Amino acid sequence: MSMGVTLGIPATTRAQRAVRSRGRSKVLALVAGTVLLIVAMVASLLVGVRTIAPEIALQAFLGFDPTSVEHVIIRDYRLPRTLLGLLAGSAFGVSGALIQAATRNPLADPGILGVNAGAAFFVIVAVGLLGLRTIDAYLGFAMLGAVAATAVVYAVGASGRDGATPMRLVLAGVALSAVLSGIGSSITLLNPQAFDQMRHWSIGSIAGRDMHIVATVAPVIATGHLLALVLARPLNAVALGDELASTLGAGLGLTRVGVAIGVTLLAGGATAAAGPVGFLGLMVPHAVRWFSGPDQRWIVILTAVFSAILILVADVAGRLLIAPDELEAGILTALIGAPVLILLARRRKATGL
Amino acid sequence: MLFAVLVGLALVLMLVSLSSGRLPVAATDIWAALVGGASPNVRMVVVEWRLPRVLLALLLGMALGLSGAIFQSLTRNPLGSPDVIGFSTGSYSGALVAMLILGGGPQEMGVGAVIGGLATAMIVYAFAWKNGIQGFRLIVVGIGVSAMLGAFNLWLMRQADLPAALAAAIWGAGTLNGLGQSDVKLVAAVLLALMPLTIALARPMRQLELGDDLAVSTGVSASATRLALLVLGVALMATVTAVSGPITFVALAAPQIARRLAHAPGVPLASSALVGGLMLLAADWLAQHAFASPLPVGTMTVSIGGLYFVGLLLREIRRS
Repeated sequence: MSMGVTLGIPATTRAQRAVRSRGRSKVLALVAGTVLLIVAMVASLLVGVRTIAPEIALQAFLGFDPTSVEHVIIRDYRLPRTLLGLLAGSAFGVSGALIQAATRNPLADPGILGVNAGAAFFVIVAVGLLGLRTIDAYLGFAMLGAVAATAVVYAVGASGRDGATPMRLVLAGVALSAVLSGIGSSITLLNPQAFDQMRHWSIGSIAGRDMHIVATVAPVIATGHLLALVLARPLNAVALGDELASTLGAGLGLTRVGVAIGVTLLAGGATAAAGPVGFLGLMVPHAVRWFSGPDQRWIVILTAVFSAILILVADVAGRLLIAPDELEAGILTALIGAPVLILLARRRKATGL
Repeated sequence: MLFAVLVGLALVLMLVSLSSGRLPVAATDIWAALVGGASPNVRMVVVEWRLPRVLLALLLGMALGLSGAIFQSLTRNPLGSPDVIGFSTGSYSGALVAMLILGGGPQEMGVGAVIGGLATAMIVYAFAWKNGIQGFRLIVVGIGVSAMLGAFNLWLMRQADLPAALAAAIWGAGTLNGLGQSDVKLVAAVLLALMPLTIALARPMRQLELGDDLAVSTGVSASATRLALLVLGVALMATVTAVSGPITFVALAAPQIARRLAHAPGVPLASSALVGGLMLLAADWLAQHAFASPLPVGTMTVSIGGLYFVGLLLREIRRS
């Protein structure tokens, strides 16, 4: 309103036009994203070392024949893998969008800020010291680790007069990740069996997880997504700055607690199932903002869709790149995501904040 | 004074390390064993088994402390350590390639580690360069490059069979296991060659800390000095990594601890080296004796050094 007054009428119409075209572009992005997501899921079901014809895949669902190898591949391997991609991908992405909004930090990502490392460390403790082997047993540990890491990084990063600057949060995250990985590797090196299990899990992959794992984390991640949507409106206020946000009546403390719980559910749940996958939460919200504009509701929805697409595409590409062997999705997301981080670091805006 | 205290502490730690183990040896017997007395059994345990390890911990720690001091002076930043610019991750990649792909032994791993570390440090430095080097950008670029290499490392480990992967992981954590007298000689020779050079450059280094203009006005060639210091810092770090694998966070923490102890405005070289040696001695003793079975020393330094890093961060924040 005040903008229109100070800038005059032409500026207002330009702004309105911009808003309208943004409005169109975000709906377009959602439609295109949904189509792409369906394509990626179908590809994830069909493509692999053994590529399966669509009609056989359809049969696997309509008239399952347990003696058919291809039906078993679809039902027991490709379907959980695809669903986990959908769940874990969207969860890592949205948790990044949540942290970025809450801290107003363009470099925030559950991987960079040590949240994934916290979850991974608690899983290592569960597997290496307590001898737990199944996801039911260590899911709680992953979430405990995620919440502990979030709390520590935020406490370290935010102590000081001018609050949690991006630099401090990143440094605190790096330091925490280093400490946890050091202690974690001590534990696994003392226990070869845990080492063997962890070296596969810690790459970050959606392959080789059964339907039980998917079913275990699905409610956790779904709750996290709901929370992220509920938090979108208060986070829009947070984007205006802490003072303005509190005058607008957004409960800052409550919002932050909500974000911490959301990040815990999303990053903790996804890490427990897929292992620590970095950079989705960094890249996708950044890219999505080109279409969505600053509205957090659209950022969350589009981030969920495009993060799932990205992890599924990375996973399918990983099956093809070095066939008959496979590259884990976590490796490909790191190879794509790290250059994005470097580019962001070279932009003055990100580091000068 | 501080120097004498540090040397004294180092001697005590060495004595403790020489006496602890499955066969405890009294302090008097250690002295006897070192000068050629004591029973042959005790002499073998002390002189042939424990002494090389203790000496290596001291020497490698000194090299790390010195290298860190040089880097922090060069970048005028307490975070300007070779660990932060991806040297460790890169050297691990180099060693893994040498071991798991090319099938090399310890020597080849050492060479691979040096090449990998140098290449990574140069790449990180180049990507972070934008009208000069800014600390935070360097760190973030370091995270990015390290993440890519880390993914590659994990993938290599996943491919390998379990014993090879476990051996690689132990090496990658940084360990003094399996090192002997020949390694002591190598490290001692390198340190003997590089330390006088570093001391010779100490004065111009101080002047560079005050700013290029001032340094040039006192007759110091800024770029030549900087290049020479960079080569020295990297050579020290590379030697350690080639021998023991990447031992992280000592190069970061030791100079800062030394600076606080000495109440010095800049990073003191000799005290940094001694503190580094002390840190590694203590860390290796912990790694060897504090747990059910011995651990690589690097797991101790990363945990303790990382906590110190957090503390450093909090301190800087409070001051700002």
